[in-house]
Amino acid sequence: MSLSERLHPGINLAGTDPESHEAAEEVLFGFWIFLMSDLVLFAVLFATYAAMSVQGIAEGPGPAQVFDLTAAFVETLLLLLSSFAFGFGMLAMKYRESRRAVLGWLLLTGGLGAAFVGMELHDYYVMITQHAAPPQASGFLSAYYLLTGTHALHVSSGLVWMAIMAVQVVVFGFTTPVKLRLMRLALFWHMLDVVWIGIFTFVYLFGVAS
Amino acid sequence: MSNRIPADLPAVDHDEEGRERRSYVIGLVLALVLTTGAFAVVWLDLLSGAAALGALGLLALVQAVVHLRFFLHIDLQRSHRDDLLLILFTVLILLIMVSGTIWILYDQHMRMMP
Repeated sequence: MSLSERLHPGINLAGTDPESHEAAEEVLFGFWIFLMSDLVLFAVLFATYAAMSVQGIAEGPGPAQVFDLTAAFVETLLLLLSSFAFGFGMLAMKYRESRRAVLGWLLLTGGLGAAFVGMELHDYYVMITQHAAPPQASGFLSAYYLLTGTHALHVSSGLVWMAIMAVQVVVFGFTTPVKLRLMRLALFWHMLDVVWIGIFTFVYLFGVAS
Repeated sequence: MSNRIPADLPAVDHDEEGRERRSYVIGLVLALVLTTGAFAVVWLDLLSGAAALGALGLLALVQAVVHLRFFLHIDLQRSHRDDLLLILFTVLILLIMVSGTIWILYDQHMRMMP
């Protein structure tokens, strides 16, 4: 029977809310297509960075001189735990529909996400003030700020979206539209963590290793 | 349609919840191991040169698959395959664009050498 099947990426509501489950297939697949096009955007920025970080250093500092791997590691953990917390928030929505539990998980997710953005801004500050590495110093640095900045901007808009969803959960409760929006936000949030894997590997680790 | 109370949920759901909960925990543990492994390669100088870059790339690929499998719940079930096909197609487009860009710009760079 189709109801027990998975219809879309992320948490499926089959079993606890068949009505929302049916409604979810179309909108979540549409959002999935958007996420794929977003991945293409990031791919182009990665390609630019890959070319620039080798050939575009000019007179400026190189990757190994400006990157702080400890900060990158902590940022990775923050985003990973944030993604995990959102997963548990979705389970609280699916099985218990408890506003308190969902809001608690959303707050934890958002707090970890905000800490991630804060740490990245601090990284930028340290790079610009202590390493003389502002975006205009070289093609490598322009590409670096563009790639990580686009990711940080995505995370920030995810935080705004999360705040809006928290208000909707309080005001409307767990109606079908609210659930579907939360499910799309979850996909967005998990996908940003997947993009970050690329950033910490190909930007930070490759930069220091090579 | 909204605000259904937990009492009318079938009992079987508790197994299901435990299973989905485990999926996230497994994903988190695997991701932590892979991330720490990747940073350890660089921090402890376990490998160098092309071997290090190859290992890091492989760890990143495995971690991306772990995230897709355990956080985004993409698997090989037939009903779910459109999503997988779409991501595989995107990866194909992505590889063509990234490798093409790197190749062309590297070639141009070599020609610009004095």
